Amino acid sequence: MYKILSAEFIAPNVKKLVIEAPKIARKRQAGQFVIIRTSDNGERVPLTIADSNLDEGSITIIVQGIGKTTKELNAHEQGDYILDVVGPLGKPSHIEKFGVAVSIGGGVGTAIAYPTAVALKRAGNYTISIIGGRSKEYVILEDEMKKVCDEVFVTTDDGSYGYHGFVTQKLKELIDAKRQIDFVLAIGPIPMMRAVAEVTRKPKIKTVVSLNPIMVDGTGMCGGCRATVDNKTVFVCVDGPEFDAHKVDFETLERRNRTYKSDEETALNNYMCRSEEAMLKAANQK
Amino acid sequence: MSKLSNKERMKIPRQNMPEQDSLTRRNNFGEVNLGFTEELAKMEALRCIQCPKPTCVEGCPVGVKIRDFISLVAEGDYLGAAAKIKEDNMLPAVCGRVCPQEEQCEIKCIVGKKNEPVAIGRLERFVADYERDLVGIRTPQLKPKTGKKVAIIGSGPAGLSCAGDLIQMGHDVTVFEALHELGGVLIYGIPEFRLPKDIVKAEVESLKKLGVDFQTNAVIGFTDTVDELMANGYDSVFIAVGAGLPYFLKIEGENLNGVYSANEFLTRVNLMKAYLFPEYDTPVFHVKDKNVAVFGGGNTAMDAVRTSKRLGAKNAYIIYRRSDVEMPARKEEIHHAKEEGIEFLFLSNPVEFIGDKDGWLKGVKLQKMELGEPDASGRRRPIPVAGSEYIIDIDMAVIAIGNGSNPIIQKTTPDLQYNKWGNIVVNEQTMQTSKKGVFAGGDIVTGGATVILAMGAGRKAAAAINEYLKSSN
Ligand SMILES: Cc1cc2nc3c(=O)[nH]c(=O)nc-3n(C[C@H](O)[C@H](O)[C@H](O)COP(=O)(O)OP(=O)(O)OC[C@H]3O[C@@H](n4cnc5c(N)ncnc54)[C@H](O)[C@@H]3O)c2cc1C
Ligand SMILES: Cc1cc2nc3c(=O)[nH]c(=O)nc-3n(C[C@H](O)[C@H](O)[C@H](O)COP(=O)(O)OP(=O)(O)OC[C@H]3O[C@@H](n4cnc5c(N)ncnc54)[C@H](O)[C@@H]3O)c2cc1C
Ligand code: SF4
Ligand code: SF4
Ligand code: FES
Repeated sequence: MYKILSAEFIAPNVKKLVIEAPKIARKRQAGQFVIIRTSDNGERVPLTIADSNLDEGSITIIVQGIGKTTKELNAHEQGDYILDVVGPLGKPSHIEKFGVAVSIGGGVGTAIAYPTAVALKRAGNYTISIIGGRSKEYVILEDEMKKVCDEVFVTTDDGSYGYHGFVTQKLKELIDAKRQIDFVLAIGPIPMMRAVAEVTRKPKIKTVVSLNPIMVDGTGMCGGCRATVDNKTVFVCVDGPEFDAHKVDFETLERRNRTYKSDEETALNNYMCRSEEAMLKAANQK
Repeated sequence: MSKLSNKERMKIPRQNMPEQDSLTRRNNFGEVNLGFTEELAKMEALRCIQCPKPTCVEGCPVGVKIRDFISLVAEGDYLGAAAKIKEDNMLPAVCGRVCPQEEQCEIKCIVGKKNEPVAIGRLERFVADYERDLVGIRTPQLKPKTGKKVAIIGSGPAGLSCAGDLIQMGHDVTVFEALHELGGVLIYGIPEFRLPKDIVKAEVESLKKLGVDFQTNAVIGFTDTVDELMANGYDSVFIAVGAGLPYFLKIEGENLNGVYSANEFLTRVNLMKAYLFPEYDTPVFHVKDKNVAVFGGGNTAMDAVRTSKRLGAKNAYIIYRRSDVEMPARKEEIHHAKEEGIEFLFLSNPVEFIGDKDGWLKGVKLQKMELGEPDASGRRRPIPVAGSEYIIDIDMAVIAIGNGSNPIIQKTTPDLQYNKWGNIVVNEQTMQTSKKGVFAGGDIVTGGATVILAMGAGRKAAAAINEYLKSSN
């Protein structure tokens, strides 16, 4: 059992959870993730380690509630426990001094890009970050990014804050303005990562994306997380999760992620009904 | 009764084990075999002619004292029989169910020369179940504590049996397991209908009672490396991580939706209990009234295909590139699969998976094979027949063509010696690796093998680790 030391919403539906896991805190490197299971009937879901605190022996995860398990996780409060947390899994990000490194985060992807941005800065890069959200309240980790990056650009799809447009448009502007860029890390929804890859393909800027296939064990045992990269099959949990954006077959990834769409809806609906019932019951008792 | 002559004993027919009828069982995950009753067990035990030189024992990889335990069964001393088996085999309830007895102990049984062999596996299963149901698994006496600590990596049969022996020898034992449940393939691979998970859990519980410390969610290599374990106070390490890296066919269309490795399909269903979705959260492809093809001919393939039938598949095929005589699966499993309505397509090899416009599997192109000369494995080599391709409609595919070794330990412990398949190289007598204090056994050493061999390796390693710890005082 893993204790939740703190829990707070940092954007609609996005919660920051600090979990006691001293061993993982000590070992983890940027780019690695954990797999979490919330109950005996629960699914195993992968979540990136956004941060860690050695004194406290804790790791931070930032979770967007999109389906049953992530919503259930986000109903947890400080002092609650999580049944299983395993990690750190996956290959750490490849960090070196590239020169100018741009980290791009779309939505909750910013949380996944953040630890790598920190490591890129530590390695001596000039770091720029472009973080985006649908509208102002969906932009996360702006202050944290500002602390570690030389420049931070915020974009919103609706123009309610920062630059009006997508993160890719901002990136393209920088490239068109002949800003030197030696490395791009892009993490977010698949269409966004694919768009970034297209923007940097022609100017041949080395670009890395973090893939989010459906996983089961996370140790290379099942092959469920396989993706096509450079026309070869890879197991994202052990060979990744980061890959050369220009070689990833995004279409296959997107399609494989749709495998359980109707089941995911069933699971979510059942969960929401149960939580509503529980809430009504609690209200009636009062 | 026990004064029967050998001739009279030979006249008793091999006792059939009651089983769930095939039409009922293919709709549930309950165990297929129901086990001997006392009467059946006694009757079967009388068939053993108590050979002065019991050849059956030679067939058992761990040398279970078969004649002696069967004689105790014939006398009705079932607990004594269980204790006798456990002198050599820590997991009789498991081995009695899943050992390939027909090619190990039973094939060497003298009675089998003229009649059917004594049903050693069924008797083993009976006494193990009897003991568990009556008194729970009995816990043996422990030797005084030695103050030595051993880390075991992996909780499959190799790791569990090694832990059981070492704790009895007085050492402190911690088992590190990557998954959230203990038992290795016994939990995530072999289905409930062949090996109820409660049996595995009972074995693990008895080890806990003896004081074995189990740490789940610990992926050695990531959470701690082998070197870190040695540096952090463990005097010795036993690596028993199994052969858990699924092979794929490397053909077109393998990443279509609906194509699984056997490990993924079985893990979803067994470990994550997807057959109980949505009560359990993990889903699996809905095969109800759909067609399923499983590629391969081993136990894993049989488990996958029979699982798909239980999930409601309309047609469930085994597609195997050689003929039925070369199939490595246990005869009993093939027989049960046939009874449950599984169809077998022999001498057929997949060359391409075909998808619909949305990327869902719709069919597979197969090529006919014919058998040529025997290859290195002694089995006749399948050769493709030119122009023989044909397509069958399928909605789900499961690839069960074997497992390689998981590279996590190798990558994080580079100074261990591996062979070209990534198996750890050991001294076969002691299971000692090239690294001081580090031992290895089970599938990670042999490649995919059997439960009893893994268990035997665990015990051999325990004895060697005990010697090592004594000498390193
Ligand atoms: C390496 C990695 C790191 C990740 N890091 C984060 C993170 O830091 N924060 C965050 O909010 N999300 C992260 N994700 C995504 C997160 O794992 C999924 O959102 C979560 O599994 C969805 O589970 P659910 O039950 O809530 O939703 P479901 O209803 O199961 O699924 C909703 C959507 O999530 C995808 N999905 C379903 N199951 C999985 C699974 N086991 N693994 C991955 N995707 C799945 C599906 O394609 C579907 O589109 C990461 C994914 C990976 C692979
Ligand atoms: C579907 C299927 C059916 C089978 N049927 C039969 C049968 O009928 N009869 C028979 O005799 N044999 C059968 N076998 C083979 C038998 O199960 C194996 O030979 C046996 O389980 C091997 O035991 P093991 O202890 O070496 O490894 P495993 O049982 O594979 O256990 C290894 C354990 O180590 C864990 N692990 C791996 N890496 C790490 C790490 N880095 N850190 C921590 N833990 C780790 C794994 O999660 C796993 O739990 C079958 C196998 C399969 C897959
Ligand atoms: S352990 Fe297996 S091979 Fe040995 S006697 Fe028992 S069933 Fe036969
Ligand atoms: S060989 Fe057969 S008959 Fe002889 S002791 Fe063994 S089981 Fe009994
Ligand atoms: S999640 Fe099973 S191999 Fe990657």
